[in-house]
Amino acid sequence: MNLALRDIRHKLGRFLLTCAGLGLLLGVALAMVGIYRGVVDEALSLARALQADLWVVEGGTRGPFAEASRIGGDTREAVARVAGVTAAGSVTFQNVEARAAGTATASSAGAVLNEAGRQRVGALLRIQVVGHEPDRPGGPPAIAEGRGISRGRLEMVLDRSAGQPVGAMVEMGGLRFRVVGLTARAVSSGGDPLGWITLRDAQDLQFRLNAPAARRAAAGGNAGTPQDTVNAVIARLSPHADAEAVAEQVRRWKHLGAMTAAAQEEVLTRSVVERARRQLGMFTGVLLLVSGVIVALIVYMLTMDKLREIATLKLIGAPDRTIIALVLQQALLLGGASFALATVLILSAKDVFPRRVLLGPEDIAAVAGVVLVICLLASVLGVRAALRIDPAKALG
Amino acid sequence: MGEPLVELRGIAKGFGSGEARVQALSDIELTVEAGEVVGLRGPSGSGKSTLLNVVACILEPDAGLLRLAGETVWEGRWARGDLRALRREKIGFIFQFHNLLPFLNAIDNVALAMTLGGTPLAEARVRARALLDHLQVGKRAVAMPAKLSGGEAQRVAIARALANSPRIILADEPTAALDSERAQVVMELLRGIARDQRAAVLVVTHDDKIFGSFDRLVNLRDGRIEGETRPRMAAGAQ
Ligand SMILES: Nc1ncnc2c1ncn2[C@@H]1O[C@H](COP(=O)(O)OP(=O)(O)OP(=O)(O)O)[C@@H](O)[C@H]1O
Ligand SMILES: [Mg+2]
Repeated sequence: MNLALRDIRHKLGRFLLTCAGLGLLLGVALAMVGIYRGVVDEALSLARALQADLWVVEGGTRGPFAEASRIGGDTREAVARVAGVTAAGSVTFQNVEARAAGTATASSAGAVLNEAGRQRVGALLRIQVVGHEPDRPGGPPAIAEGRGISRGRLEMVLDRSAGQPVGAMVEMGGLRFRVVGLTARAVSSGGDPLGWITLRDAQDLQFRLNAPAARRAAAGGNAGTPQDTVNAVIARLSPHADAEAVAEQVRRWKHLGAMTAAAQEEVLTRSVVERARRQLGMFTGVLLLVSGVIVALIVYMLTMDKLREIATLKLIGAPDRTIIALVLQQALLLGGASFALATVLILSAKDVFPRRVLLGPEDIAAVAGVVLVICLLASVLGVRAALRIDPAKALG
Repeated sequence: MGEPLVELRGIAKGFGSGEARVQALSDIELTVEAGEVVGLRGPSGSGKSTLLNVVACILEPDAGLLRLAGETVWEGRWARGDLRALRREKIGFIFQFHNLLPFLNAIDNVALAMTLGGTPLAEARVRARALLDHLQVGKRAVAMPAKLSGGEAQRVAIARALANSPRIILADEPTAALDSERAQVVMELLRGIARDQRAAVLVVTHDDKIFGSFDRLVNLRDGRIEGETRPRMAAGAQ
């Protein structure tokens, strides 16, 4: 006869209400874990999307994400000749405020129009624009919908999170780009959607966005202002090449720096999102601590509620293990039910969050483990109280 | 003379210390034999409950000797570690308020007491059902305690006290919550158990309506035994 279950069934409404409350709290804790993982994942998303083995940047910088980096457009050719490099491509990065400009032409009928009807024409979009050389490293990863960029000008591959369909027009710096393909889950470390355009378009865009400065430079007779600069060169290495050795080779050119993919990821998590990461990590810890205290209080109160029953059990000769099992099983059932509720809640709500909430099975299992430990620790208090109850309390 | 099941020799029990010291029991000499139904009466605070709790091994005496069913239980200290097993096996306890577990129905309240002693649940339920039938509450077997009347609940509680066929039955004011008719029924039940199971029954009461049901009625005052009467002999019962 399971006393824990029978007692819960007896006061089912109260138990469920308690579970609902605790479930919401654990849900928030679980969401924080997901947001934490999401921030780290998004921070790496851009670097990973570009599938670089080696990042060649301006010498003395840890660019192009942590620090500004500018190198000549001809760097790519030099890098491509280094032993071990199989392919190299120049890339630029710009944060651009773009504007959704509706669907392209009247020729796009029916379905496209319907889709366009859903998007907000004129809406401001923040896009992390990646300029790249088509067919060289630096292009978009798997295209989820539509096609990649051909050599045609003013085409764009945009991430789905921008909310624009294939065929939409996006206006940046006075240029109108047509969205020809969509990627899934390619965002910047700030959570902005990535948009790929050709390197030429990117340099053009750069010039237009910086137009006043560029014009001033030209007027000052400073005609030598290099127009052909990029932020980094991405290199793919042959499987046998030692990335660090190739990086060392590149660093011999004093004006260049080189980072392996692992080093770049380290910079991104340790430096770019470090504060956000620590902030979220601490808050997650606080939430789990609060949950622990609340579970402990609930279990203690559940036990104190049954003071008379536990005293009666002792009086009719129930051994300690019966009483410990009663308290412990209720704590575990409470934790289990609440955690299940929290998981269902967050998994069904995670796509509503504006930024990525990443919860893999291993994250959920880890939080489940923490909840289990919390429940066990929390029931120590209840068990101690239960074992101290004087059987004489059942009398009178 | 019958077999002595409860024996107290020179039992003393006090609470607190210094100024606040209360000597609840002093030099108690009491024997209850198999088949006997003994009442314990006295004014409030005279030590009735304390005495019963000492016999039930809920309170530890300060001095004297306590023997239950021939086994020395306390003499200077507890003679065995597992008092709960002792209670489970030898003692049935009936409370003033029935103290049924509110989350178990009537039959499982009784069956639980048996499963704690190792009886398989199915078998325990069969025997619990038989006990409830015997106490005429069989038709309320699946009712929750909150749905039982005071008299029904008290009979279920008696069934629980009898679950492990204890030789010693202790009851603290078992009829206080009952009307006189139901009180008589309960006392008849206890008499029947004493007779049929050769059990010793010790009942604390100050309910004069049931005084006539006792073989002996022991008077307590200020923690001391002040003589006893034999109501049933006086009434000329068998
Ligand atoms: N746990 C305790 N701590 C201190 N004093 C106690 C305790 N239990 C009982 N006493 C005292 O011991 C004395 C005897 O108490 P007891 O409960 O045995 O009386 P009683 O005869 O059962 O009274 P009543 O008829 O009111 O139930 C009383 O003076 C009481 O105050
Ligand atoms: Mg009393």
